[in-house]
Amino acid sequence: MLAKTHNGHGAAKDHGTMAQLMIGFGLAALLTIIPFVLIIAEVAIARTTLIGIIMGLGAVQIVVHLVYFLHVNRSTEQGWTLFASIFAVLILVIVLAGSLWVMRNMNENMMPMHDMDHMTSLQSQQG
Amino acid sequence: MSIETISPLFGRLSLDWIPYQEPILVGTFAAVAVGGFAVLVLMTYYGLWGSFWRDWVTSVDHKKIGIMYMVLGFIMMVRGFADALMMRAQQALAAGGAEGYLPQHHFDQVFTAHGVIMIFFVAMAFVTGIMNFVMPTQIGARDVAFPFLNNFSFWMTVAGALLVNISLFVGEFARVGWLAFPPLSGASFSTGPGMDYYLWSLQIAGVGTTLSGINLIATIVKMRAPGMKMMDMPVFTWTALATNVLIVAAFPVLTATLALLTLDRYFGMHFFTNDFGGNPMMYINLIWIWGHPEVYILIIPIFGVISEVVATFSGKPLFGYKTMVWATACIMVLSFIVWLHHFFTMGSGANVNTFFGITTMIIAVPTGVKIFNWLFTMYKGRVRLELPMYWTIGFLVTFTIGGMTGVLLAVPPVDFQLHNTLFLVAHFHNVIIGGVVFGVYAAVTYWWPKAFGFKLNDTWGKRSFWFWFVGFYFAFMPLYALGLMGVTRRINQYPDPAWQPYFIIAAFGAVLILLGILSTFIGFYVSVRDRKALACGGDPWNARTLEWATQSPPAPYNFPHDIQVRGRDEFWRMKQDGFVWSTAYQPIHMPKGTATGVYIAGFALVFGFAMVWYIWWLATLSFVAMVAIGIGHTFNYNRDYYIPAQDVAATEAKGAVT
Repeated sequence: MLAKTHNGHGAAKDHGTMAQLMIGFGLAALLTIIPFVLIIAEVAIARTTLIGIIMGLGAVQIVVHLVYFLHVNRSTEQGWTLFASIFAVLILVIVLAGSLWVMRNMNENMMPMHDMDHMTSLQSQQG
Repeated sequence: MSIETISPLFGRLSLDWIPYQEPILVGTFAAVAVGGFAVLVLMTYYGLWGSFWRDWVTSVDHKKIGIMYMVLGFIMMVRGFADALMMRAQQALAAGGAEGYLPQHHFDQVFTAHGVIMIFFVAMAFVTGIMNFVMPTQIGARDVAFPFLNNFSFWMTVAGALLVNISLFVGEFARVGWLAFPPLSGASFSTGPGMDYYLWSLQIAGVGTTLSGINLIATIVKMRAPGMKMMDMPVFTWTALATNVLIVAAFPVLTATLALLTLDRYFGMHFFTNDFGGNPMMYINLIWIWGHPEVYILIIPIFGVISEVVATFSGKPLFGYKTMVWATACIMVLSFIVWLHHFFTMGSGANVNTFFGITTMIIAVPTGVKIFNWLFTMYKGRVRLELPMYWTIGFLVTFTIGGMTGVLLAVPPVDFQLHNTLFLVAHFHNVIIGGVVFGVYAAVTYWWPKAFGFKLNDTWGKRSFWFWFVGFYFAFMPLYALGLMGVTRRINQYPDPAWQPYFIIAAFGAVLILLGILSTFIGFYVSVRDRKALACGGDPWNARTLEWATQSPPAPYNFPHDIQVRGRDEFWRMKQDGFVWSTAYQPIHMPKGTATGVYIAGFALVFGFAMVWYIWWLATLSFVAMVAIGIGHTFNYNRDYYIPAQDVAATEAKGAVT
């Protein structure tokens, strides 16, 4: 309410044109149909590759939504939405990649279960 | 304890949970009850309830909310500091087989409560309060972007604080340390309600913190005075922006982590258990992904405070404004890639430890840039040694020492020696007291005249400073030495009587700090009493930034007109140009106060209490009430009003006299 008095943006500029929305809709539909087709048609691709493709298309889908539906680009809100999105992605990557790296490393360094059982039985024998 | 009877009406709450056989708690309760009753009587006697409700509780004015955050911070500091004194006394006594006066289960609650309260309800309340009060006035705004949300955020923080304090007299608090690592904090090892108090109070307060972060970011981005570019913003506003970005990025991690632990405890899930595929290390990993940015959330706004104080009292523009901004941005991002240094010893390999050790050391670089910027600002300046400057110099000396012991701890092999010792405890108190607390005091002494229209008493202010400053060194230097000897943290008693002298010196330091805190409150009292003599105008320090362009205390609308900003240190330029406010006043559009925030937060408190004690009907009812009031508020269209031009004229004329 108070913010409005300082910044009166035109509605069309912030909410996109019909053409943009339709392009977004088309792309989103396409990116949804492709993974379904890949599965239903039982295309002969290795399972891991297939999962990779679907995940990749999902990532592109996120970008399409951000750009066409949430209007993240350099001009809206003086680029703040773009900056915020990039920062969010950066933090997400740090948290996810970092956690995977840290947890995997700990897991590798952990004493294997049978050694641990062995140690515990040794300890209990010594009293 | 393993089989509990859960009554449909009272859940697991029974009379056995009221600690009436503990003399310390009964005494505390009596003191709190008598004090609380005295306040109620006095407020009724002076007929203050109406104005308390109208002008404070339901107010959406960012200045009032900021002051209320500070009051919350000081009250909770007394509580947290009482815990600290108890621990110091116990450790000074319990040497060489002596048991002291605090049994283990009580001591464990005390150190957990001390940590939780000092971080979440003292330090966080202080920095949020300072940002709330100062930042909007620094950017020439009339209020924050979402004034109702601001009020709601504050009361959610209060609800969290109240839930922690209720645990003192109804049931128990957690006995797990301030970050509540599983499996100790899981369902199998923490069976009582203490751990659930911890979870729900942090979740409720966390709602407030996150919303307040969003609010203040929106304020800085959208509500700067016309003409104020990002690079024209005062450094404190920059640091507030960085802090709130960190809050918005980091606090959801805490919320999610605590929610997973809650699922473990309430629904028998296995995210963080030892068995059934759970992994407690994942909790430690996640909580520190929040926890490290959290300590920067506390210190970054203080960097801003110090920047403002140093520039004002040196009579110079801040040295290296741009490097200050970039250093802040660097620290903000770097704070997200160092979290593992909190658990170097918990099984990571050399590669991982090296990476996080080096990133941690790199943070010292932008921090060092800041320290030198402050020193160069003072260099060849006309430094006036007023109270805020005392705290600032105390900060510079003490925080630098704390930072250096931090760099020591960043070396993984050294950390293997010092992990979980009192060296670590000394380090983080060195940066949190020497950094955050001294900085908060600098801010309080600096902006107090703006908030109330009179300066703080100098004598008591200096007493407070010297007691705190000297007390800090007495209290924590012995802990560095003890830590190097290998004394672990959180010990209730110890066998080696050779440690005792160090603990006694530390306890003496704590007493000095107690005198510092008392001097602060006496100083507040004396200053309020002598407010006529200490009265000052809008700009008592000859300052540089826009908050000083208003009256002291500022009118509800802050500025009678929009300010056209032309560059940095705009108020300094206005003074050079002989600026006077135009008397052609316009009606000013303002947000209306509302009680919705305090109602929702009240039901959130009831909800938290009910969840802690498994009172399911009450939890359901209060949750529905929260949602219903929230939705109901969206139909309230009576949210704003105009201050008529003649009222503005009257207010401004009154301010001009003093």
